[in-house]
Amino acid sequence: MRNLWIFISRYNAFFLFIIFFIVGIYLTVKNNSYQRSVTLNSTNEIVGTAYERLNVFKRYLNLGMVNDSLAAENAKLKTRLLGLTTIDSAKDTKVIDTTTNQQYTYLAAKVVKNSITLRNNVMTVNKGTLDGIEANMAVISPQRGVVGFIRDVSPHLATIQSLLHKDTKISVVIKKNNAIGSLVWGDGNFDIKKAFIKEVPNHIKMSIGDTIVTSGYGKFPAGILVGRLSKTNIATNDNFLSGEVSLFNDFGTLQYVYVIKDKLAKEQETLENPVKLK
Amino acid sequence: MNSRLIIVNVIRWFILLFVQIFLLKNMGFYDLSTPFIYVLFLLLLPFGIPNIVLYLLAFGTGLTLDTFYDTMGVHATACVVLAFVRISFISISLNKDAIDDPEPSLSYMGFQWFSLYAFLCVITHHLVLFFLETFRLTEIGYTLVRCGLSCILTLLIILLVEFIFYKRTSR
Repeated sequence: MRNLWIFISRYNAFFLFIIFFIVGIYLTVKNNSYQRSVTLNSTNEIVGTAYERLNVFKRYLNLGMVNDSLAAENAKLKTRLLGLTTIDSAKDTKVIDTTTNQQYTYLAAKVVKNSITLRNNVMTVNKGTLDGIEANMAVISPQRGVVGFIRDVSPHLATIQSLLHKDTKISVVIKKNNAIGSLVWGDGNFDIKKAFIKEVPNHIKMSIGDTIVTSGYGKFPAGILVGRLSKTNIATNDNFLSGEVSLFNDFGTLQYVYVIKDKLAKEQETLENPVKLK
Repeated sequence: MNSRLIIVNVIRWFILLFVQIFLLKNMGFYDLSTPFIYVLFLLLLPFGIPNIVLYLLAFGTGLTLDTFYDTMGVHATACVVLAFVRISFISISLNKDAIDDPEPSLSYMGFQWFSLYAFLCVITHHLVLFFLETFRLTEIGYTLVRCGLSCILTLLIILLVEFIFYKRTSR
């Protein structure tokens, strides 16, 4: 301790200088608006950079939440887009009422359980009757392609009978010539990237690379991409043509799906099967 | 002797600050060269002054200037730096026990020593002063030019004053 005092008193000029210098600088920065603004600005820059670095990590942690909101927003936008594109211009009414013309609305749902390895695959999503989901609604994936149909619904969850199921049949068309077929999966081929188009009329010319889209005759809106023909004219023992379709949709990495609500589904069903539904 | 020194320094303080504030404050050559003659007071403080008193005087003088220049703290800091340079230079260049002159003025110490002493003190004071005033390094060229020209003018005036009072103090 004594040595410390000796040290300090020997170099008192320096220590006093440090003290007075700091006081002077403090006064300068505190009392002059220009110096203060410069100091504060540079301090802000440092603080800002630090926060930015931190935010990168924070953003990463929040990715799940952000994804949810984006998917929801996407669904909303797609709904609006459909409202704009499905206006029936052949109607002779001049009033464009998009709420009645809009047949389909999208609802984003997160896949909470998925299976692709079984013969009959079913997945579960986190939306149910409380969100307005009903059985037999069509489901598509956000990227492209069909997924399947809603099978069972509980208040908060719903199961989807995916395309990879022996009971799933989806009405599709070959885009270039509007030839109707039906899309099925299985039959000795359990590759999740491949499905079959069957019951194409015999006179239709199929070629490899043709785009397959939904027909709009079933639950799906027309024109949703399904896949591309990868093999044609597979021999069958009926009077129809068959082809192999490589799907655009990857069932293995499915995270979000859009459930399509068809406003006119009930009306159509009542009209087509009046007795049965009564 | 001692009381005479105090009275002389007090008078010097008032005169130098009066000249600085009411005359030299309004002077400036193209905004490049502004003399700060008041540092002569700090240069001419007696040898025997304790460090703490020297620092307090430097700080106080600087603050007085700051109140008139509206640059709170800038002159005070520069004066503190000057005090540090003064102490360092004197302790390096002179043997403290063998000093029998009362104050480091031109008439006692000779032209060579005094001019180096004044040059070192003034240039550090001006460097700190101008850099604190600009407070950024982007205008470093302009600041250095201002600093150098002001330094020359200040030194000229200081030497002039010292030569004017040369004979009287050497008696």
